[in-house]
Amino acid sequence: MLRLAAPFAIAILVGPLIFGLAATMAPAFGFFPPLGGNYFSLEPFQRLFERPGLIQSVSLSLTSALITPLVALSSVALFVAGWSGTPIFQKLQHFISPLLSVPHAAAAFGLAFLIAPSGWILRIISPELTGLERPPDLLIIHDALGITMMIGLIVKEIPFLLLVTLAALPQVDAQRNLQVVRGLGYGRLAGFSFALWPRIYAQIRLAVYAVIAYASGVVDVAIILGPNSPAPLSPRLLGWMNDPDVLMRFEASAGAVLQLGVTILALLIWWVGEKSLGTFRKYLCRNGHRYSKDQLLCQFSLVWICLSAGVVFLGLIILAIWSVAGFWSFPDAIPDLFTAKNWIRSLPGLSQPFINSLLIGAAATILAISISLACLENEVRNLRTNYPRALLIIYLPLLIPQTGFVFGLQIFFLWIDLDTTMLALVLVHLIFVFPYVFLSLSAPWRAWDMRYRSIAHGIGASDNRVFWKIRFPMMIRAILIAMAVGFAISIGQYLPTVLIGAGRQPTITTEAVALASGGDRRIIGVYAFLQMSLPFAGFALATLLPAILFRNRIDMKAA
Amino acid sequence: MNNQVGLELRGVQIFLEDRLLISISDIVAPGDILTVMGPSGSGKSTLLSYIGGFLHSAFKANGQVILKGADISQKPAEQRKVGILFQDPLLFPHMSVGENLLFALPPDIKGRLKRHDAAHEALEEAGMGEMFDHDPATLSGGQKARVALMRVLLAKPQALLLDEPFSKLDTGRRDGIRKFVFSEAKRWNLPVLLITHDIADAEAAGGKVFNL
Repeated sequence: MLRLAAPFAIAILVGPLIFGLAATMAPAFGFFPPLGGNYFSLEPFQRLFERPGLIQSVSLSLTSALITPLVALSSVALFVAGWSGTPIFQKLQHFISPLLSVPHAAAAFGLAFLIAPSGWILRIISPELTGLERPPDLLIIHDALGITMMIGLIVKEIPFLLLVTLAALPQVDAQRNLQVVRGLGYGRLAGFSFALWPRIYAQIRLAVYAVIAYASGVVDVAIILGPNSPAPLSPRLLGWMNDPDVLMRFEASAGAVLQLGVTILALLIWWVGEKSLGTFRKYLCRNGHRYSKDQLLCQFSLVWICLSAGVVFLGLIILAIWSVAGFWSFPDAIPDLFTAKNWIRSLPGLSQPFINSLLIGAAATILAISISLACLENEVRNLRTNYPRALLIIYLPLLIPQTGFVFGLQIFFLWIDLDTTMLALVLVHLIFVFPYVFLSLSAPWRAWDMRYRSIAHGIGASDNRVFWKIRFPMMIRAILIAMAVGFAISIGQYLPTVLIGAGRQPTITTEAVALASGGDRRIIGVYAFLQMSLPFAGFALATLLPAILFRNRIDMKAA
Repeated sequence: MNNQVGLELRGVQIFLEDRLLISISDIVAPGDILTVMGPSGSGKSTLLSYIGGFLHSAFKANGQVILKGADISQKPAEQRKVGILFQDPLLFPHMSVGENLLFALPPDIKGRLKRHDAAHEALEEAGMGEMFDHDPATLSGGQKARVALMRVLLAKPQALLLDEPFSKLDTGRRDGIRKFVFSEAKRWNLPVLLITHDIADAEAAGGKVFNL
């Protein structure tokens, strides 16, 4: 049974990818008999390219795919280079890590409520600093260049990239290496870039590529913050896919193929940039300059990271405030009165989406953790070491833009009569939940001291007994954290949920994003606050439970 | 000596990528200690992994391990009845001291009270009778070492493997623990394979010494 775990996991990841891609490709080229497309043709592409503003949409997607990772990764690299090993770094790291659990949509709403012309920031500084008595007529949200959208993505990707970088640091023995190069007279930043960054980057490369793929095809953040006329490629595709005219599916599929091309192009451009920067770094390495005057840049990196984290935090606070806000006129800094009315008004519509979110999240998470545990335990029992190629397969669903294959999956589910069912939703969430669960569980799982196993075997305990009585309880913290990560990922899923559920299985997330166009801040506040609270509750449970279970066991405390 | 008892290594050879690491043939009688000495990296611990049944697949081995006349080299680790002690006590951190011992106690000792008594008796033997419900993390190094030994012995092994079990103890305590381990092994009449790089261990063991 256990031996089948890894093939099963691969089937769950790669199967839907292949079916999804195939069922996207075929209609893109006019072939899909269930919808009356009996011949291959280029017509869907011809109609796609006749769409007004297509070039703008594509270039928006491409810019976002490149600028987002560039800014987020540079911020993280500068911060880690300038501050790792310092007490302030330790503190900030604990402060920023929880932001990973905030869903993209909630963070985007928070940002919108913060920086919009009638947002919190202007309310706080007006009229004293600005003289404004009414909101200025500025297009900040939905700006045509997509800058606000990219800011929304960047502030959310920084915690993600920071966390994967932190995981890579011990493996390159960062602190001692940094001491050596600084002893040679190199500045922190230069020493870090020359001595450590290439090795760190080699380990986080796939995560960076995942950010590129995500930013190139993002839908929910684009709907909330991105430009409308025209919108980036993926949100436009979603509109066509949901068009009552089923023939639009052909064009939408052609668009999904185009989206795949955009993502591949972005990855290629990044890769070329990566190589050129590497060459440039080698050149800088050889000329012997120490670049030791970097204090200003170090200071800047700290301010920048605090700013980006602060934006997300303030955004969450403003969401909470709006959800209980009564009358609140511009430019007052806080509402005239606080009320539970928004919540009471939302409650009837809220319960079904809330239950759906919980059910789908819980089912996908439990499946993902079970398969992950089976895979990892199989590695141990058959005394196999882990193999790097498997990592690429695990990352695969994260490296393909969701629009690229979830369109096909919807058509596929439609075809086998599973569309809009909860089962289909759980399966499609699993594709995105499993990689994160496996990645966050595997490192601590493999770091477990195998001599415990030898000892337990030596006193006659079977494999199963060792697993359930020793390893599982010793790993309970890591297991619960991995589950919380998986649950957060499931809660955050917008596109797969809205496409496969086709509106018939609403979740907190699909409802929240659907409210974006309405602009009722109080109701958005309620939904977005709830969307952010669910993952947070998961993490709180994952932290509290082991602390209570093992309250009398000193060595079971978190490291 | 009757080779139906004790631990016999019959033509054991361990390879790493076709390089011969270890080649050993020897018999350890019950109550005797065979000390295997060698510098770090010489594969001492690999030999223990082979006997214990958890050799990594990167290694290749041939030869037989005979315990009480039966070839155990193909058996899974948990069926070999070979107890092992490492340099760290490795008490299971999520269990109390007593639970650690109960975990080791074979299932044929039935009844909650009877099992508790057996575990408690072992603790008394180690001079720690009042520590049944303690958190292992609160014990001293020497106490942990003694609990680790009692845990192995409670499982009724037929041989004992010691992987530098004294190297991390304070020099002041080392002698006492060493005597305790050796005398218990003798009392239980176990063949012992001791791996060490400390000549004092070998002298205290008093048995044959095999140099890698």
